[in-house]
Amino acid sequence: MTTREDGDVTGSATTDSAPVRTTEEEGLLPQLVAHLREHRTRLREEWVGRINGAHLLQAMTASEMVAETTSVYDNYVEVLETGSVEELQHYARDLSERIIPRGVETHEVVGIVLLLRDVLARSLFEKYQGDMHVLNRVLDAYEPAANRIANTVAVSFVDERERVIRQQQDSIRELSTPVLPVRERLLILPIIGVLDRERARQLTEQLLTGIRTHRAKVVVVDITGVPDVDEAVANHLVQTVDASRLMGASVIITGLSPEIAQTLVTIGVDLSKMDTIGDLQGGLEEAERLLGFTVTRGGEAGGP
Amino acid sequence: MTSSPRLFSILRQGTCLIASIHTALDDSQLMVFQRDLVERIGRDRARGVVIDVAALDVLDSFATRTLRDIAEMARLRGAATVIVGIQPEVAFTMVRLGLHTGAVSTALDLEEGLAVLGGRLAGPAVGGR
Repeated sequence: MTTREDGDVTGSATTDSAPVRTTEEEGLLPQLVAHLREHRTRLREEWVGRINGAHLLQAMTASEMVAETTSVYDNYVEVLETGSVEELQHYARDLSERIIPRGVETHEVVGIVLLLRDVLARSLFEKYQGDMHVLNRVLDAYEPAANRIANTVAVSFVDERERVIRQQQDSIRELSTPVLPVRERLLILPIIGVLDRERARQLTEQLLTGIRTHRAKVVVVDITGVPDVDEAVANHLVQTVDASRLMGASVIITGLSPEIAQTLVTIGVDLSKMDTIGDLQGGLEEAERLLGFTVTRGGEAGGP
Repeated sequence: MTSSPRLFSILRQGTCLIASIHTALDDSQLMVFQRDLVERIGRDRARGVVIDVAALDVLDSFATRTLRDIAEMARLRGAATVIVGIQPEVAFTMVRLGLHTGAVSTALDLEEGLAVLGGRLAGPAVGGR
């Protein structure tokens, strides 16, 4: 188990060793928990002082700090008592959910838990310093439990953050391939950003269902904003165009960058059936021609 | 000629035939469909055929080939064919499997298919027969 110490944490009573717990040491835990419960207010305040001293959790107001530290403290002691981290896990996830949007970093969360561990270790040290033998056994009982708690909180926090990131990725994905009807039966799909396999799959789905819902005859897929494609994605694109044709729509690809054009030619993707036009403007003009639209400037004499 | 309940229907609309497949057909049923349809083209003197596959959620290689064959036979008997109603998932699966409809045109739905045929028949076909 690895722990991380902040610069100004001077905890001397902590080691990374996790000795095997014996039945004799089990008996010490209730005693230890009772001690921590008894001095709850004093220890908690000392802890908050250390947190402020280390400039952690600056995003929180003083009253929030009191509320959160009290809950963390109680949960901490509870875990020491019962040895079950489930409750704490739940609480840590809940806490993470509240503080992640406020920009609290991983090192802060780990930092405060380690500070609490040190504050409590100190207090145990003071209480038992008269008898080295008992102190050793108390710390043997305390340290593995404390390390497990630090680990649980850190993992829960990171898990929660990853969950948030995944959620955001999903929503970015959803927003990233809009299907825009510009004229009757004409759709535009502007694609911006890297086109990976998953996004290419999503593009296909959006395109084909878009054709059906909007009854599109022509679709312009603009890939000006795509930096690069690989062979799998290029083939996928070709298949999408073929599938669109089966649904009775023509696809025009616009905005192939020189790099992509070179990649496609080099890897030998069969693009003979693809309809490509230099830029979106040209693509729209071609699409309008296919659909029989003629666009005329208002000032000029009436169209044909 | 078909067994009840009907697996497909062939309706006449002007000079066009509208052949709708109602449910997934097995290989022998597809052959019955092919025979019926090609026969009706001659009997009704149809100039166009719309095959509606909107109800199908899969088109395998045999079905695809049969559709291509029907279109080719129809052409030999003087009718143009349009396949309509291929669903998005079906379309992509077909492409993944390397299936294609060859020279046969496709359209989104029945209305589109009739429009395609209408455009084609209005051209050289006027006074052609």
